[in-house]
Order: sequence, then structure tokens, then C-alpha cells
Amino acid sequence: MQTAHQDSTWATASQASRTQQAPINKRLRTGTRWLFIVLCLLPSMILFLVFVLLPVIQAAYYSLYNWNGLGPLDNFQGLKNYASIFQDPVFIGAIIHNLVIVALSLLVQVPLALVLAILVQNVPGKRFFRLVYFLPYVLSEVVTGLIWSFIYDPNIGLISDLTKLFNPSAVPPAFLADTRTVLIAIFIVMIWKYFGFHFVLYVAGLQNIPAELFEAARIDGANSWEVTRDITLPLLGSTIRLSAFLAILGSLQYFDLIYVMTSGGPLFSSDTMATYLYHKGFQNFQLGYGSAVGVTIFIICFVFAIFYQRWVMRRDLAGAAE
Amino acid sequence: MKRTLSISQIISLLICSIVALFVLLPLFMVVLGSLRTTGELVSAPLSWPRQLHWENYTSILSGDNNFWSYLSNSVIVLVESLALLLAVSCPAAFVLARMVFPGREVVFNTYLLGLLFPAAVALLPLYIVLRNMGLLDSLGGVVLPQTAFFLPTTILILRNFFRAVPNDLEEAASIDGASKIRFFWSILLPLSRPALAVVIMMSTVASWNNFTLPLVILSTPTNMTIPVGALQFQGEYSANWAAMLAFLTLAMIPAIIVYLMAERQIVAGLTAGALKG
Repeated sequence: MQTAHQDSTWATASQASRTQQAPINKRLRTGTRWLFIVLCLLPSMILFLVFVLLPVIQAAYYSLYNWNGLGPLDNFQGLKNYASIFQDPVFIGAIIHNLVIVALSLLVQVPLALVLAILVQNVPGKRFFRLVYFLPYVLSEVVTGLIWSFIYDPNIGLISDLTKLFNPSAVPPAFLADTRTVLIAIFIVMIWKYFGFHFVLYVAGLQNIPAELFEAARIDGANSWEVTRDITLPLLGSTIRLSAFLAILGSLQYFDLIYVMTSGGPLFSSDTMATYLYHKGFQNFQLGYGSAVGVTIFIICFVFAIFYQRWVMRRDLAGAAE
Repeated sequence: MKRTLSISQIISLLICSIVALFVLLPLFMVVLGSLRTTGELVSAPLSWPRQLHWENYTSILSGDNNFWSYLSNSVIVLVESLALLLAVSCPAAFVLARMVFPGREVVFNTYLLGLLFPAAVALLPLYIVLRNMGLLDSLGGVVLPQTAFFLPTTILILRNFFRAVPNDLEEAASIDGASKIRFFWSILLPLSRPALAVVIMMSTVASWNNFTLPLVILSTPTNMTIPVGALQFQGEYSANWAAMLAFLTLAMIPAIIVYLMAERQIVAGLTAGALKG
């Protein structure tokens, strides 16, 4: 009896003291809570602000100046850099090359990946083909570019060997040194390197289509073309739109392979916006002008991404409800 | 295989095989060429090498052409980037996924902004930032910015995964007396192994192949990573294609071995990055 009574007194006492301490405790607890949150976020935030966000803001700032990257930043130009960019035929050419690559990607690369993904479904060795097709995607752009520089080399490359094999007296073509063929030659390398990525996207998309749909169509007597047209393609719609989106965005920003294989040449005939930026910024040290090119690339990609997501991918982003 | 193939299957198989040949032939030619001399490459390009010239490899592996520097620099950059990335992104993703506080969405959306910037936009100012910090021509100058550029996708993927872990688990852990940190470290992270694998594979491939940033930042050959080193090597050995091909083969081998070992995770990782982006 007595112990129980004591206990309850203890309980009331401790309850009283707890109620008194609660605000302090709570304040302390929210304090440590905030400290914990800040400590968790701070390192990544600093890294992100210093090396991503700040440089992008600075690019917009530098783009208003004529600056070689050394001396003081005092030669304010306003929007003059932007005006000169669009008056430079080399940049206009670069945009056109980007657009040609965009068009070729949409007309050749994306359909190729889609067709292969559908074909590979009913073929033995599906896993092997996936393994092979995706392989170039994990190789570096530099290694890829140098491999194909070798393949295209007019003296020792595979292409010239094959030409000589069929016609020993022919002069081996130098596809990368010819202003008319260089873009196509580079585009073939881009297909080689990137179609496997789109292929894998489509294979994943196909796996999400319920098998019963195909079975039902077969029972109803649909042939494989009808199945593809009426079931596969419509149900792959979101994957196709995503794959096209990535292909366009990638083509607009393209740099690595072109820099390695031709550096934009011969005579700017394979320049893209990004190689143009590199030449102006890092080879001519026109940092203000180069920054303006960077901002221009960003705006083009940004506007494209917004429009595409609003008009083309709207239904995909809205979720399954359709 | 007893099963007979239909006509359409044979055609499909044929097309798929031709494309596979298109993918593999250049790689095969490079490896074959690396075992010849440059003279043979010019005179008898399509014949089978009569004698395998391993000296192309031995001269690279033992010579003073910096191959080992390139390789070790690439490994250092990779390891440091992964360590830094995981150390800063896991706690951030945890807080953004599992704690409620004012301003959370603002912070999260700030990271997402990073997905919009092509690396080229930031390249010139980044160069100035790194110059001011004294990080030009150093591996740190590659590690810090590239990790920062990996952050948006990484945080996005980890946050989505962390969010999907049921709340009951966290409540049970807290009833058992586990603190938030304890829950994060002993329960959430081990559960998140698939997401971590995706993030690690994505960043590994991106770091190993990163070219633009190291090209701009690294200027001394002994500081270069493999991709920039390969270009440097090409500049020095432009007349010696056989040596160049041996170098390319050596540069490809680590990537191909890792790919064959972890194909599933790499494919999942690289496509997940795109889907989430």
C-alpha cells in the first residue's frame, strides 16, 4: 500500500516537473532538430552552390562584358555579345549542325533502337544482344572518338581497307576531312555509341506492357504488324516521347566526340554550339563572349525542355491518369 | 536447340546480328591492330597478323608515356568523387525525404534546378572559380565540381527511395529507442542498397569517362586522367597508330570488365538517371 502510494506521489512529482521543463526541452529539441537538418544539408548545399549554381549565375554576369579572363571586369557591353553571336556565320552554322544532328537522331537513331527492341523480343539470345548493344555506351567518348578516327583513317582504317578491297585503284575516302561528309561520319559514330541506350529504354518499356494484351490480340487473329501498330507502339508512347526528348537535348549540347574527332573542322563544318563555346572561351580567351554562348545554349535547351514537357510529355508527367 | 525458327524470327535474328557486328567490328579491329606494327597496318591491313606484336603493350606499360599516371589519377578521381558524393548526398536526401520542416521544398527544388544546366554553361566561370581557389591542374579541381554536378540526380534518386521506406519501420525503431541517426545508419542505408548501387554505377561511369572538365582543368600530363591522357598520347604518338591502338585497348579493358561484371546494375543505373532526370 505504502509503496504504491509513494510511487504515485513520485509519479505526480515527476509529471509536474516534466510539465515545467517541457518548453525548455522542446526548445532544445527543436534546436537540435534544426542543427541536425542544417548539418545534413550544408555540405551538399555548399558544394552545389559553389560549383554549379554560382558559375551559372556568373556566366550570365560575365556574358555582359568583354573580358579575357585576366585583368579587371570593367568593359561593360550590355547585350552586345549576344548580338555578335547571332551575327557570326560560324555560330549560325553550329546551330544548323546541332539541328541536323537532332533531325538525324530522331529519324535514324531513335527508330533504329525502337525497331531493334521490338525485333529482339522474339529472337534467341536476347540477353546477348542487349549486352552488346549497350557496351559502347559505357565506353568513354574519347576512346570512342579515337577508335573511329582509326576506322575512318584513309591510310590504315577499316573503311579505306574495304574500299581498296573492292576497287584497288580507288583513292580511299577521308570522310572526316571532307566538309560534305564529316557530319554524317560523326553521326554514324553517335549512333554506334548511343543507340544502345535508347534500345535499353525501349526494352524496359516493352517489359511493362502486360503479356495478356499480346496474347489476346493473337487469339483475335492479329498478325505481328497489327500487334505492333495497335498495341506495342501506342503503349510505348511515353517511352518514345522520353527517348526523343533525351536524344534532342543530348544533340543540342553535343561536344565530346566532335572535339576528339575533328575539333569542329574542317573549316567549321562540324562545329556545334558547344565546340564553338570551347574555341571562343578556352582557345581565344574571350570569356565574356564564351559565357554569352553558354547562356545562349542554356536558354535554347531550357525553352525546348519547357515546351516539350508542356506539349509533348504533358500526359506522361501528369501520371497514369489519362 | 531443337526448336525451329520461323521465317520472321530468322530475319529478326539476321538484322540483330548485323547490328551486333556493326558494334563489335570496330572494337575487334582496334584489338587486332594493336597487335601489329604500324608498318603492317599500312601494308597489309586486312590480313591476320602473322606474328603478334605484344611490344606495343609492353612499351606502354613500361615506358615513360604516363599510362600509369593516367590510370591511377582516374582511380583516385573516381574513389574520391564517390566517397564525397555518398558522404554529402545521403544525409541530405535523408533529411529531404523523412523530415518535415519549412523550406524543404525550396531546398529540394534548388537541387533539381541543377538538372537543367548543361555542363557547358558553367564551364568558363567554373574555370575562373577553380583558378581563384588554386585548384587548376589538380585532381581536386576535377573531383569537387564533378561531384557537385552528380548531386541533383543522386539526391533525387536517393530521396525517392528513402521516401518509399514505410514509416512504421521508423516508428518501430524509435520505440526501440533508436535515434534518427541510428535509424538512418543501421536501417535505412542497408535497406537502400539497390538505390545506392544505381547511384554508384551512374557516377562511376560518368567519372571514369568525364572529359570536358578534366580537359579544361588538367594541363600537366602526370596529372591527367585516362580520357585526357588518351588525347595527350595521341598527340605524342600520332605517327604510331599501333601504339595508339594498344593504348585504347588498355583504356577500354577496365570499363569492359566492370561492365561485364555488373551489366545489370550499370544498365539500370544509367537508364534510371535518365528517367528520373
